[in-house]
Amino acid sequence: MGKNKKRIVVTVIGTDEVGIVAKIATVLAENNINIIDINQKILDDEIFAMTLLADRVKSSLGLPEITTKLQESIKELSLTVTVQDSEVFQYMHRV
Amino acid sequence: MKFTNEEILETVGMIAEDKLDIRTVTLGISLFDCSDPDPAVCARKVREKILKKGANLSEKASFVADEYGLPIVNKRISLTPISQVVPVADPAAFVEVAHAVDGAAGEIGVDFVGGYTAMIQKGETAIDRALIAAMPEVLATTQRFCASVVLASTKAGINMDGCYTMSQVIKDAAERTAKQDGIGCAKLVLFANPVEDNPFMAGAYYGAGESESSILVGVSGPGAVRRALEKLGPDADLGEVAEAIKKSAFKITRAGELVGKKIAKQLGVSFGNLDLSLAPTPAEGDSVGQILETMGLAMPGAPGSTAALMMLNDAVKKGGLFASSSVGGLSGAFIPVSEDASMIKAAKVGAITIEKLEAMTSVCSVGLDMIAIPGTTNAETLAAIIADEMAIGCANNKTTATRIIPAPGKDIGDSVHFGGLLGEAPVMAVSQVSADTFVRRGGRIPAPLQSLKN
Repeated sequence: MGKNKKRIVVTVIGTDEVGIVAKIATVLAENNINIIDINQKILDDEIFAMTLLADRVKSSLGLPEITTKLQESIKELSLTVTVQDSEVFQYMHRV
Repeated sequence: MKFTNEEILETVGMIAEDKLDIRTVTLGISLFDCSDPDPAVCARKVREKILKKGANLSEKASFVADEYGLPIVNKRISLTPISQVVPVADPAAFVEVAHAVDGAAGEIGVDFVGGYTAMIQKGETAIDRALIAAMPEVLATTQRFCASVVLASTKAGINMDGCYTMSQVIKDAAERTAKQDGIGCAKLVLFANPVEDNPFMAGAYYGAGESESSILVGVSGPGAVRRALEKLGPDADLGEVAEAIKKSAFKITRAGELVGKKIAKQLGVSFGNLDLSLAPTPAEGDSVGQILETMGLAMPGAPGSTAALMMLNDAVKKGGLFASSSVGGLSGAFIPVSEDASMIKAAKVGAITIEKLEAMTSVCSVGLDMIAIPGTTNAETLAAIIADEMAIGCANNKTTATRIIPAPGKDIGDSVHFGGLLGEAPVMAVSQVSADTFVRRGGRIPAPLQSLKN
């Protein structure tokens, strides 16, 4: 991965509600984090699962801060948010 | 996307639900430049080196854990065997240096330190004798410093005098820590054929062939392996089971390698190696015993346990070796009784016995581990149990070990409680048939033949 890229994967899982993607996307945009790809599914007709690849190279926030801000934005919903450096998926799923 | 939804959710699920984590990030530190005949000077040098090398370990480990969303359970330090650092045959010198180590480790926030170690497989030096004489006091008066003694090797045979001496040290350490169910013994491992780059406690020490300082990583993913087998269902044959274990071990190992390399880079030291052991914790689901249950045994200890464990151990290595070029340490499944919810259950109902555990240790790492026995067990019987385990290691050219707690004032039906990663254990029955005369003969059992192996 190049020096000017800092890829993160955001995962949001939980009870489906209207506007989850909008809330997450707003927080990322406000903090200069650029969404590269986004994938959203409703599993078994009820569980919301979103995975999102983004670049945080222009953001001043570290991963714990990004996680806190995302959690804050959806705190009234039954959702869990995970933010991880994309390298972990590269390592575990690609030979 | 670069990764599929399923891949991402699998990893997130492995961490959140299957308790995939990094069991330990262990910083190995060479102490060869800290040796000094004056115990006070030696203690000061050791303390300063630990504080200097380990200052950022906790902070950097937490940073990397946050970056990847992979919890790191323990931060530890392994040291050059202290018998090679303190050049004085005086027990008081060892106590002084041990307290310096324990204090420094506490200051930098590490959970355990390994390296209160002597190697006496072929015989003891005066320094070894002083180290061992101070051992019960060190185990009782330090919190974090773990001890290990090498009693046997394939090339040297078994030091039976050493087995007998150490059984008495174990009993002494148990008595001195009786209020905490004999926790002193949970910090003492006796080895045959140990490895020099083991990140796991209590048996870690940093061997003479290692570099100045390096990062050693131990992963812990029994929950993730179990989940993969559950998905296969009960109809899959054992070849398919082995295949699923390999795939899951590959992913677990990659996670460990990534974290290890990153922390080493952050600390400016080399990445030593990754230990491929499946290490359980007492948490529900984080259990090697449950993997055996998922394979189809009603409980660990059932007939078939040795075969199932051999397959598990082998498949983890085959999957893990492809995932990392830095595999080392013990690299084998652990079956500690007190640290594994399913093993605790099996021991409570008598499904697993010391004798069955002994058989299982011939096909996995590391030995009779975290087993509580009645406090009244005599030193000769304890020495004989230790010698049996050493024999398995010697004859099979592999590491074996014992970590046994003769729990003071406790008998079969009672339990010991250590808390945290050390867990709890029911007191297990020990054979009442005497080995006293055999043990009291002393001497050394010669090295076993390495050809004509049947």
